[in-house]
Amino acid sequence: MAKVLEMRGITKQFPRVLANDSVDFDLEYGEIHALVGENGSGKSTLMSILYGLYQKDAGEIIVRGQPVEISEPRQAIDLRIGMVFQHFMLIEPLTVAENIVLGSEVRKGPFLDYKKMVAEGRRLSEEYGLEIDPEAKIADLSVGLQQRVEILKALYRGAEILVLDEPTAVLTPQEVDDLIEVLRNLKAKGTSIVFITHKIKEVLAVSDRVSVLRRGRKIGTKLTAETNEQELAEMMVGRVVLLQVEKGPAHPGREVLRLENVSVKDQFGHVKVNNVNLSVRSGEVLGIAGVEGNGQSELVEAIAGLRRVSGGRIYLSGQDITGWSPLRIRRAGFGFVPEDRHRRGLVLDYSVADNLILGIHGSKPFVNKAGLRSQGQIDEYAERLIAEYDVRPPVAGQAVRNLSGGNQQKVVVAREFDQNPDLLICSQPTRGVDVGAIEFIHRQVIAQRDRGAAVLLVSAELDEVLSLSDRVAVMYNGEIVSVMPIGEATEHKLGFLMLGGRPEEYQAGEVSGSAIQS
Amino acid sequence: MQSKAKAFPWQELLLPLVAVVLALLVGSAFILYVGENPLKAYGILFKESLGSIRNIATTLQRATPLMFTGLAVAFAFRAGLFNIGAEGQLYMGAFCAVWVGISFDLPRIIHLPLAILAAMVGGALWASIAGYLKAKLGVHEVINTIMLNFIALFLTDWLVTGPFHGGSWVPETVRIKPTAAFSRIYPPTRLTTAVYLAVAAAAVAYVILWKTKRGYELRAVGLNPHAAEYGGINVARNTLIAMAISGAFAGLAGAEQILGLHNRFIVRFSSDLGFMGIAVALLGKNHPAGVLIAAVLFGALQAGSAAMDRSTSVPRELITIIQALIIFFVAAEFLIRRMLRLKEDA
Repeated sequence: MAKVLEMRGITKQFPRVLANDSVDFDLEYGEIHALVGENGSGKSTLMSILYGLYQKDAGEIIVRGQPVEISEPRQAIDLRIGMVFQHFMLIEPLTVAENIVLGSEVRKGPFLDYKKMVAEGRRLSEEYGLEIDPEAKIADLSVGLQQRVEILKALYRGAEILVLDEPTAVLTPQEVDDLIEVLRNLKAKGTSIVFITHKIKEVLAVSDRVSVLRRGRKIGTKLTAETNEQELAEMMVGRVVLLQVEKGPAHPGREVLRLENVSVKDQFGHVKVNNVNLSVRSGEVLGIAGVEGNGQSELVEAIAGLRRVSGGRIYLSGQDITGWSPLRIRRAGFGFVPEDRHRRGLVLDYSVADNLILGIHGSKPFVNKAGLRSQGQIDEYAERLIAEYDVRPPVAGQAVRNLSGGNQQKVVVAREFDQNPDLLICSQPTRGVDVGAIEFIHRQVIAQRDRGAAVLLVSAELDEVLSLSDRVAVMYNGEIVSVMPIGEATEHKLGFLMLGGRPEEYQAGEVSGSAIQS
Repeated sequence: MQSKAKAFPWQELLLPLVAVVLALLVGSAFILYVGENPLKAYGILFKESLGSIRNIATTLQRATPLMFTGLAVAFAFRAGLFNIGAEGQLYMGAFCAVWVGISFDLPRIIHLPLAILAAMVGGALWASIAGYLKAKLGVHEVINTIMLNFIALFLTDWLVTGPFHGGSWVPETVRIKPTAAFSRIYPPTRLTTAVYLAVAAAAVAYVILWKTKRGYELRAVGLNPHAAEYGGINVARNTLIAMAISGAFAGLAGAEQILGLHNRFIVRFSSDLGFMGIAVALLGKNHPAGVLIAAVLFGALQAGSAAMDRSTSVPRELITIIQALIIFFVAAEFLIRRMLRLKEDA
């Protein structure tokens, strides 16, 4: 097959890192080529060079057989290269059609021809099978649909080479399935696609070939049909990785968390959690599966004291903690890995050390009787946790903002786990975290369980729920629709319940599986 | 290792410095326009502000209230609060100081500290109203501090022209007792020991922000209130405390003006010292040490402006323009960073 794109010997030196070290990459006409690697391995840099956002220090780029120099995105667009970024660049109050044509608007005399824009948007979305209403406002669209608009924007500009930078990081499992469908459609229409990700399952589901980068160097390119999860993981990390969590049977003890008829409303008065009853015992992991937005976040924040309950009681180790302050709940033996580490879990501009003491910053030995901080104690504590949880780089004074996603998450995990809480809530504990760190965090969760903690795990990743949990609850539309032992939970069954199926209607094998096969 | 914010960020000094240089450059265009030599005008400005010990003393005197109001704004800013109300807090603090200064007969060792304390309490309480409105009712502090400025202004107008009027034809109180006044350091300049208090206040602000549990919580609230709440930090309480401490610093500016400079409360004496504090904090990058340096710079500009006005045809208003330009260029940080980077590339 002929190559639409070839990148040869691409090298890019940043002030302190060699982001790309003579990387070769090629793309054939009409193929989906996955580019994988851990965070910071140089995937995005390579594609940013292709799109003209960075200038390469060495190497050459050949598009459709012609050597080219791309020094700004305009040139990339002229070469029919389109890029969809992880963070969308859409104007929220405008409609889909207006966003698609933005920058090359259709005019009728001095005025915009809105009707034609809408027609154009509709034509594109029908042609490529990306169903969307061109007259909808961006602000009213789900993240998955917004991403479609980004793809349509690129197609409108004539993209024949489409680069997607971690497109699935922001999507729910259902949306990922839809995206994969869309990519297959695009491929059928002849579009060549580069798919950047660090999730191996997606690679196997959608790509024709896969290239692996590690620390700026290309480790290899494989035909997807000829490789497997284990091999790719090892190429990415550079050592043998345990994809399956090793754990023994659970030994549940006393009841640690008890929810009685808990209801939670959001700030607009909508019921988000409806009459939930749940119990978690020490020494077990209870996983809550569910499509995001079905009340898991609100339920967990209510337990943490960050959100008021509108009804019901919450008990922690027998004490009624309903309405307690977050600090008091923490001190009663509670640890919490929040779903959004940037918003909730970390003060990004604080050092690693200062983040490691958040929540215990007011206790001995970190402050003395006069209320003065003991820097020595703080640093000593931080250095111990950095070593134990393998935070890299191992610098206590480094601002957390400068750490990779996986290491930021290790800081949160270290802080919450080290307190050995009776109740530990882990909400999306491995979101946006690379393979090596996922393995580490999963082992730590099981270690906490075996120590005797009651662990409540909330995750949008079914694999994660299935591999860590001892019991699984499914949450749909604010309600716990079913709780089952792990032995009865299958991906089929959970998928069925997560989408609103009633437990009594479930028959094994009835629902078709998701597009991603494990 | 220490965290980055703890040591004075020297690398951060470059940007304000560039802003000052650019402001002087643009200012020289104005000087050329009125037909003077910029070097000569700036020469006089420099000589009259820093050319002798006496001139330095005048500069420091001008800088002292700006140090206090700059600290007030910077402290609140570290907790994520934009305190536009330093002016009003300064007036309330000043009034409390003058009241103690007039009403009591006490030995100096008690009277002066008591008057200073009263000014701090006055400023702190006034700022606490804003803090309460923000913390409990969610009224944005920018709006409510602006409103409180007007109230403070008219309230002190009334107090000084009414119940506390000194009896003369001028709208001012009687003089405070000498036992409540700061001592002059370098007569005949009006530099007083209040300048030591300002440096001490900066040290206290630094210690609170970076060496105490309270400061850890305040800064966490300022940087990420959601994470602070998650970490068991009471956001509302810290908002209130940050505003109170900020107001205490502004109150100290009032104390300096009353107990050091005027020795009485003259209606509307401040001439925007509180608002200048915003500029000082901005230029000083909201760091106590930076605030001190920025205040001295603004003090120098003011101290030298009168002489420049006298000996050249450059009006003293030029100084106001330069101050505004400094703020403009500090605010245009992005622009300057870009210019600096371009230079590196070339």
